[in-house]
Amino acid sequence: MAAPQVTPLETPDIAEVPATDRPWVTIVWNDPVNLMSYVTWVFQKLFGYSREKAERLMLDVHHKGRAIVSSGARERMEHDASQLHGYGLWATVDQS
Amino acid sequence: MFIREGDACVGHFDSTGAAVLQQVMIEVVALLSERLDREDPVVARLFPDVYRDDPQGSADLRRYIEADLRSAKLDQAGAMLAALPPDGGEVRLSEEQAEAWLRGLTDARLALGMQLGITDETDLVDEMDEAVLHDPVSVRVARLSVYAYLSELQESLVEALAG
Repeated sequence: MAAPQVTPLETPDIAEVPATDRPWVTIVWNDPVNLMSYVTWVFQKLFGYSREKAERLMLDVHHKGRAIVSSGARERMEHDASQLHGYGLWATVDQS
Repeated sequence: MFIREGDACVGHFDSTGAAVLQQVMIEVVALLSERLDREDPVVARLFPDVYRDDPQGSADLRRYIEADLRSAKLDQAGAMLAALPPDGGEVRLSEEQAEAWLRGLTDARLALGMQLGITDETDLVDEMDEAVLHDPVSVRVARLSVYAYLSELQESLVEALAG
């Protein structure tokens, strides 16, 4: 299953967007302990992602050291991060 | 190790495996029952800051989420201890129970991994060889073999649940 591709009519220049309007993101960081299979399962379980998308995110975490796993309102991201902490993943919240 | 049987994830533990897992989860419960020392790297890893560059924001948020997170971790460790036959035997888990076990095993492996200094470059076999050469009856040898055992156990449970 391919991830949905949404092409905005106009791509806003990130520099022109005021800091307060930029979306918040949840980032998962690489750690040497968590199993790849487990991390994939957590992404499917918590976010309802397809196995393909969950694996791609897991591999991003593994190879690039981090991946954005969700984005949206700040409170929502804080919720996501604390859920991920419940599963033992190393997650933080940042403004994109 | 766990296998899938219908809707259940079933694990068979010999007396050594049961004793090892019991001891590890008792240590997790002990750690979570004490006052959490944020200077302890194990505590910092189990309860990470939500904001990387904002200690105050992280501390403010922690007041709302840490108690729930800690009691969830205690509950799942306690559930594992309750389900584990002390002298070994069969453990039959529903999907919900299996998920709690996966989270509990993660906490145990994270704690051990911090104590052992596991990194991305760590080769467990090399580490074990080196530790055995140094002192075959050391705490490090014991911890490394427990860590390897928990990793295999968790891998088998992920496979049984989601594979």
